[in-house]
Amino acid sequence: MAEILVLVDHADGVVRKPALELLTLARRLGTPVAVVLGAGDAAAGIAAKAGEYGAERVITADAAQFADFLVVPKVDALQQIAGSVNPAAVLVTSSGEGKEIAARLALRLGSGVITDAVDLASSEGGPVATQSVFAASFTVQSRVSHGTPVITVKPNATSPEAAPAAGAVESVAVEFSAAASGTKVTSRTPRVSSGRPELTEAAIVVSGGRGVGAADGFSVVEALADSLGAAVGASRAAVDAGWYPHSNQVGQTGKQVSPQLYIANGISGAIQHRAGMQTSKTIVVVNKDPEAPIFELADFGVVGDLFAVLPQLTDEINTRKG
Amino acid sequence: MSLRIVVCVKYVPDATGDRRFGEDFTTDRDGVDGLLSELDEYGVEQALRIAEASGDAEVTVVTVGPDDAKDALRKALSMGADKAVHVNDDDLHGTDALGTSLVLAKAVEQAGFDLVVCGMASTDGTMGVVPALLAERLGVPQVTLLSEVAVEGGVVTGRRDGDAATEYLQAQLPAVVSVTDQSGEARYPSFKGIMAAKKKPVQSLDLDDLGIEAEQVGLAGAWTAVDSAAARPARTQGTIVKDEGEGGKQLAAFLAAQKFI
Ligand SMILES: Cc1cc2nc3c(=O)[nH]c(=O)nc-3n(C[C@H](O)[C@H](O)[C@H](O)COP(=O)(O)OP(=O)(O)OC[C@H]3O[C@@H](n4cnc5c(N)ncnc54)[C@H](O)[C@@H]3O)c2cc1C
Ligand SMILES: Nc1ncnc2c1ncn2[C@@H]1O[C@H](COP(=O)(O)O)[C@@H](O)[C@H]1O
Repeated sequence: MAEILVLVDHADGVVRKPALELLTLARRLGTPVAVVLGAGDAAAGIAAKAGEYGAERVITADAAQFADFLVVPKVDALQQIAGSVNPAAVLVTSSGEGKEIAARLALRLGSGVITDAVDLASSEGGPVATQSVFAASFTVQSRVSHGTPVITVKPNATSPEAAPAAGAVESVAVEFSAAASGTKVTSRTPRVSSGRPELTEAAIVVSGGRGVGAADGFSVVEALADSLGAAVGASRAAVDAGWYPHSNQVGQTGKQVSPQLYIANGISGAIQHRAGMQTSKTIVVVNKDPEAPIFELADFGVVGDLFAVLPQLTDEINTRKG
Repeated sequence: MSLRIVVCVKYVPDATGDRRFGEDFTTDRDGVDGLLSELDEYGVEQALRIAEASGDAEVTVVTVGPDDAKDALRKALSMGADKAVHVNDDDLHGTDALGTSLVLAKAVEQAGFDLVVCGMASTDGTMGVVPALLAERLGVPQVTLLSEVAVEGGVVTGRRDGDAATEYLQAQLPAVVSVTDQSGEARYPSFKGIMAAKKKPVQSLDLDDLGIEAEQVGLAGAWTAVDSAAARPARTQGTIVKDEGEGGKQLAAFLAAQKFI
């Protein structure tokens, strides 16, 4: 069966969940071959995990370049590996970096590139990608018509399913191009975890907007989130005001989330915010303005002050949980 | 030597309007109002700040797009850019990101550059790949997705806030930069700026001028194909209640019925 190259995203020595989703999707298209770059001592553990999720082969490469320089070293590695594996498709996680890697790789391979797939299916003409476009108001199906399809897939496109495979590890030495050392990473500060689920991976997201009024106002949003084991999101207005970190922004220029449940509090529902949340399964709204456009999306809405509604809801949840 | 800055700006359908596809599944750019992509205003802004800080710089804005795309150029000129290049050709209809990057690379090379500044993504396609593709084609470093950027002594530095970490980056010019909407609010054109923009030069180029064959771009040259596009069914509004003191409890009952608690 055709081999599908999967770039396995990892951080702090652990596989990130979207990589397991990619391996799960890759099995629909062929035999997954995982690529693990710059994992150092963690490579063996990551390779084993990739094997658990269906990777027949795991190709690892380690070099200081992967951490010291931006994007291009990974493109060099994938290009070299694609040259020896001759895959039927290459899958990469849709992140800022993932999309840049995919695009440059596609250009070098003489292939088309599709970004931000939310689903993948196999067809005679190669993989068919489903994309959600124009602020999620359209669903598009597209294919790469030339070369080896290079496709980036959004987190949460599927749920990871284990399917143990051989996971035979091969390590390769990458010959880096002159361009590889073009952009130096002079320092890197890992993002500190809030202890809550990752926004893009969470089953429930509780968000706050300008209606939260101040940074301390977010404590009611966080309390509700914690009662549900949810991630916390924020509108751009709340982020721009400095009330919550940009890494928690939901929307066109923040994270795009598609959880089982999205609770929007004090958010009006601008198109750029909708772009990041309107594919959520169930949407709940708390807003004091009955005319707020976000109510159009609501499966359940409460017209009211979030400072009254949220604490009552949180208490009720905590009581029910016992 | 004056610092030559080229800013890539895209003319996009207004996101608050009714965006849709044409019959060939390309973005409808005729039937809807367009504007300079808001995310490219940040690119223009940073280019102008870098130019001001350098004291000796020239800012050229480049767009690849239909006739109306000159509105986007006008806006950038009225913000303070010095001159503009408009690449416009019927054969460009349906060009994908790879093709766009080819056209932009040729246009940028022809204009001459030390620094290319892009937005983080176009608001219609939202791919966020053209800056990286441009860097690949031009053979210069990419210093992208920056929330802070500075140029000094032939070196560009910037801060990139990624999913897992914040990175500080550094590269020698010439380079391609892209900036996010966290990089600093874009200025409004002043009345003086708007008047001055009317006299600034806008060069029009077609594919011939750039030495690009029609087959390399457009729908025919696109390496991706859209098979179908369907409007997502509108969400149907559910129950809306007014909080009369029991709103939180009513919400809890809904969540319990839906098995979330
Ligand atoms: C290029 C571009 C990209 C953008 N990207 C994003 C993005 O990624 N994400 C994003 O969110 N936005 C984005 N925006 C901004 C977007 O257009 C809106 O400005 C923003 O979403 C508004 O945030 P908000 O709903 O919190 O604020 P507002 O629109 O001010 O709404 C606040 C709401 O809170 C309600 N409220 C006030 N007090 C209370 C209370 N006590 N209890 C209950 N309700 C209350 C009000 O009724 C109102 O509906 C972008 C804009 C542009 C131009
Ligand atoms: N047609 C175009 N003309 C000029 N610049 C463009 C064009 N398309 C994309 N760009 C630039 O590339 C950036 C990223 O675009 P994209 O990869 O399409 O999301 C934009 O913010 C622009 O700076």
